[in-house]
Amino acid sequence: MPIKTVLTAEIENVSILDAEGRFDEKLGKGLIPDADLVKLYGHMCTCRHLDEVAFKLQRSGRMGTYPQNMGQEAASLGAAYALNNDDWLVTCYRENCGLFWRGVPMESILLHWMGDERGNAMPRQHHATPIAVPIGTQMLHATGLAWAAKYRGEKRIACTFFGDGATSEGDFHEAMNFAANLDIPVVFCCQNNGWAISVPGHIQCSAPTVAQRALAYGMDTIQCDGNDLFAVVHCFRKAIKQARSTGRPFFIEAVTYRLGDHTTADDARRYRDQAEVDAWRARDPILRLRKYMAKRGLWSDAKEQELQAKVEVEVAATVERAEGITSPNRVDFFDHMYAEIPADLALQRDTMQTHGIGQDPSQIEGAVIELPAKEGH
Amino acid sequence: MSALREIEFRDALREAMTEEMRRDQRVFLLGEEVAHYNGAYKVSKGMLDEFGPRRIIDTPISESGFAGLAIGAAMQGLRPIVEFMSWSFSLVAADPILNNAPKMLYMSGGQFGCPVVFRGNDGAGGQLGSTHSWCVEGMYSNVPGLKMAIPATPDDAKGLLKTAIRDDDPVFFLESERMLGMKGHVPEGEEILVPFGQGRIRRAGADCTIATWGRPVHFALEAAEALAKEGIDCEVIDLRTIRPLDIGSVVRSVKKTSTCVVVDQSWSFGSPGSELAAQVHKHCFDDLDNFVHRVHTADVPAPYAYNLEQEYLPNARKICEAVRAATYNA
Ligand SMILES: Cc1ncc(C[n+]2csc(CCOP(=O)(O)OP(=O)(O)O)c2C)c(N)n1
Ligand SMILES: [Mg+2]
Repeated sequence: MPIKTVLTAEIENVSILDAEGRFDEKLGKGLIPDADLVKLYGHMCTCRHLDEVAFKLQRSGRMGTYPQNMGQEAASLGAAYALNNDDWLVTCYRENCGLFWRGVPMESILLHWMGDERGNAMPRQHHATPIAVPIGTQMLHATGLAWAAKYRGEKRIACTFFGDGATSEGDFHEAMNFAANLDIPVVFCCQNNGWAISVPGHIQCSAPTVAQRALAYGMDTIQCDGNDLFAVVHCFRKAIKQARSTGRPFFIEAVTYRLGDHTTADDARRYRDQAEVDAWRARDPILRLRKYMAKRGLWSDAKEQELQAKVEVEVAATVERAEGITSPNRVDFFDHMYAEIPADLALQRDTMQTHGIGQDPSQIEGAVIELPAKEGH
Repeated sequence: MSALREIEFRDALREAMTEEMRRDQRVFLLGEEVAHYNGAYKVSKGMLDEFGPRRIIDTPISESGFAGLAIGAAMQGLRPIVEFMSWSFSLVAADPILNNAPKMLYMSGGQFGCPVVFRGNDGAGGQLGSTHSWCVEGMYSNVPGLKMAIPATPDDAKGLLKTAIRDDDPVFFLESERMLGMKGHVPEGEEILVPFGQGRIRRAGADCTIATWGRPVHFALEAAEALAKEGIDCEVIDLRTIRPLDIGSVVRSVKKTSTCVVVDQSWSFGSPGSELAAQVHKHCFDDLDNFVHRVHTADVPAPYAYNLEQEYLPNARKICEAVRAATYNA
């Protein structure tokens, strides 16, 4: 028996508007109507400004730890733009732009990072899940959400976001395997920003692309310039169309870069070359869109000034709302523990004391808890 | 100068690892960010420089992966130290750390020991939100076959970690991100080890025994000072290890004081605190003037908001209330 090749594979990389401003007319024409483009651009600018303000808030002690999204606005925005509003958007923490496009209030994200549980209570109608902090866990949830949609005969799909580092977790592989083998319509999007805190990409994946991991699961896959909104939208449209029509998952590797630190607790200068950062600054997704719009006559310095002024007001008002919220009541954390609060927890809530005392509130001055009748003595 | 040398908790941990790595070639450290970044919390600072990438290993973000790999390496005679950036992230490695490591010796008929040290930050208090703020001792100490150490001061951190590394069984070593910067006297000397299963009397007293471990030791000491002003003289016992548990020290103390408060920052249900209280009730049934009072965290996930998190955790105020109640001074 001769040796024969059983698989050769190719993976496309999509770029439509590149960092030098070159635009691929064939792929790009009509992809995003001009009016939408202006809106999307404005949205990215708002998101960027919020990011800068959040950073300053943290530095001045008004916010806990914050993971900047700077430089990665295009990927999640392109997804949110291409998805239907009732498709699930299951993210980690670098997808602010997409979440805001969905309508998630900006103050939710601020509140979350200011250390307020209420920030995670994203209004349900946006079909966005709470920010996933344990790395990788959200991908299986997305798979389950999409599976449930399929079970109920809905056309809804799920889209999940994660970093390059997250592809090392078992959850990633299990989610991919499930979605592929059980025909579950999930769009997996890896924002490959080259780093997981200080750990470079090759420690997480030594193959030349992250995208090829999908091939091993029998999943269609594509790579795109994640800083190119057009390329992102192109890939998502393709992925979403396929997921919706065939029920099969699709993988997108969005190649991007975080221009800021991992979080405000990090100092990326310790492990990244400034030259690398500078090179990526030149590939900023916002910058290239502005140049493109200007070239097309859709944008001007005057419009830019007007936009920035508007953005500042909007973000300032957001910060004011987030900071102005009354702090939670000290027994609020007993809410939402169960569908109905059990008696022992209600007792704890009402006494709000040590557990030993909580069991016997008669020992607390002023406690008016009725104890169940004691048996025996 | 050296006799009164004060160093940070994180330095004490590093000294323990460094000294043990110098004396034993089988010891190595692996985990997320431990090498080039010097550890997410700078515990392994400089260790890559000294020991090189063969022994200080940056791993992919695969807790289950590196915990399982460490078990295999231990079965082959090495002595891995696994750093979890946070014990909260060990949850995704539950199978290797709970289902494999503590029972490998048992299941192999005594052939394969599992001398791995799993270490990292444990507990709430840093406003990191519920998924980042696990206090795992409640859940993990339930598993037979593992040992568990929870130091409260830099000297114990070093002495206990050295013991953990030399131990032939898997050791769960719980540190607190809140305490890494805490300074304290740590004696120099490679052979200064703290044995497992020996509590430490942090404050002697006659009226009430407060038994605790880890970060709450400091809350207990603060409470004891406040209570002393009210005329209640507390004895604070730091258990230092949960498995083995030094019940003897607590019993001896309770026989003297007749009252006992257990402070445990895990949830109350099925916790080390409830185990300790049950044992005290059994051994001191005739000595106790009151039931053992317990101070735990509230039965909810760690809250995110600052004021709620403070309210959730054991603190000096709650301990004072419990002691007053236990000693009929409420
Ligand atoms: C299970 C788990 N392990 C470790 C961490 C700590 N941690 C937070 S973010 C991060 C790096 C993630 O890198 P990547 O997935 O590439 O996303 P990026 O931050 O680059 O967007 C790590 C290790 C965590 N949150 N959860
Ligand atoms: Mg990354």
